[in-house]
Amino acid sequence: MIGSDLLGIEDLDRADIERILDTAEHMREIGRRVVKKVPTLRGRTIVNLFFEPSTRTKASFEIAGKRLSADVINFSPSSSSLKKSESILDTARTLDAMDPDAVVVRHSVAGVPKQMADVLAAPVINAGDGAHEHPTQALLDLLTVKLEKGRIDGLSVAIVGDILHSRVARSNIYAFRKMGAEVCIAAPPPMIPAAVETLGVKAFTSLREAIEGADVVMALRIQSERLTGSYLPSVREYSATFGIDREKLKYAKEDVIVMHPGPVNRGVELSHDLTDHRPSVILDQVRNGVAIRMAVLYLFAGRRQEGEQRIDLGSGEGR
Amino acid sequence: MTSQYPDTHPSSSALSDRRVVMNDVAIRRALMRIAHEILERCEDLERLYLVAIPNGGVPLARQLAANFKQIADVVVVVGILDTTLYRDDLKLKAERPLLRETEMPSAVDDRVVILVDDVMKTGRTIRAAMDALMDFGRPSSVQVVGLVDRGHRELPIKLDYVGKNVPTQAHELVRMSGQGGGLDGALEIVVMPGEPEISGGAQ
Repeated sequence: MIGSDLLGIEDLDRADIERILDTAEHMREIGRRVVKKVPTLRGRTIVNLFFEPSTRTKASFEIAGKRLSADVINFSPSSSSLKKSESILDTARTLDAMDPDAVVVRHSVAGVPKQMADVLAAPVINAGDGAHEHPTQALLDLLTVKLEKGRIDGLSVAIVGDILHSRVARSNIYAFRKMGAEVCIAAPPPMIPAAVETLGVKAFTSLREAIEGADVVMALRIQSERLTGSYLPSVREYSATFGIDREKLKYAKEDVIVMHPGPVNRGVELSHDLTDHRPSVILDQVRNGVAIRMAVLYLFAGRRQEGEQRIDLGSGEGR
Repeated sequence: MTSQYPDTHPSSSALSDRRVVMNDVAIRRALMRIAHEILERCEDLERLYLVAIPNGGVPLARQLAANFKQIADVVVVVGILDTTLYRDDLKLKAERPLLRETEMPSAVDDRVVILVDDVMKTGRTIRAAMDALMDFGRPSSVQVVGLVDRGHRELPIKLDYVGKNVPTQAHELVRMSGQGGGLDGALEIVVMPGEPEISGGAQ
């Protein structure tokens, strides 16, 4: 049963995930209409609270909320004054006093959405917290794979790149494992988290081994601040070893699809050619992202909360 | 068209509270009559557009389309329109209802739209369907087919074509079901005892 907040894929069971994917598949149809709007969340307020800069995810949640007729308010406090958790909670309390119906939170520190959920009456949707989780990204990736392949169960998924710092990788590992796929990861040794096998994945330091026979290859974005320093010797070496191009894809299944959460460092994680053309499905991921966020807002926002009084404007009895 | 279907359902004696008010033969006859009525009333058959409300409306609309083909040799488009996101009781519920398919193969502008539903009660589903329909364009007119009208209207909405009027208690459940539990094969309309409702507004 779907809980009150969406903090991470770790908290969901397979039935929850299936419910969200199924709902999102129906939401896709709304995006194809001339009038891309349904009245479902009319009069409801959704607050986008992005402590960390984000263009794509924020826009995706905003469009999703608006397609459901919610009023979407974007709130991006200057991150400098909000490093301390105390002031974050103050922000949460201030927000709470405005009675939102859902709060979408992104923060560079893991666990902030959970802290906010403990304080806020409104449902909290995690839009990415530190290196912890990014559940809606994993859900849109699942949806994209499901639509491409017709199933997720039994597929072989390779995740390539900075697994250690990636909330996208963590959420996707939970997500694909829960849905019955096999997950391999490939990264330079410093970017493989300790004991990652406990999450049920196979870890490789060679790209070829990881993508051998893969149905899905997912490249992660390399954050520019990690391109230099102790994690990687050089960008060129990374792209030579772990950058995906058509040559390396030959090890994967013939009908492999290539995914990337974006934005792509062209020529680093993916070759230029792959960034723009099949078998990469990057723009489908973006499109499916709106449908997933509509589904999440439908399922989590504006429901009658437990203990909330049912508004009764009628005579009360004998209707 | 099909083999004879028994007048009484085999399991209706086992569950004495469950009564079949329309069996497959009765449903097919009603749909044939309704098809004739629609054709009689419609001046421009080219503009007809059947829009089914899932799940029950879908097999009924398909049967109506087959009947139009048989009677007048016209091909009428069948669309499917889920009304869930347009319901008026979403904020009253703690659990979100499941969404169903929507597939509108052509524009509704200037079409004579025939909404098709299985059981009509409060009229709220039709209200939601009309709102949804307007998001797809401006039909020249909208008419409603209900296989069963069980009364208990809560909105000023009427049926243009009725399969059968079935007087019921408000708390009873009226369901259409198919042979296999889904909506395939022989259909029937069943009345079952239900939980007394706390408040009106069942969709």
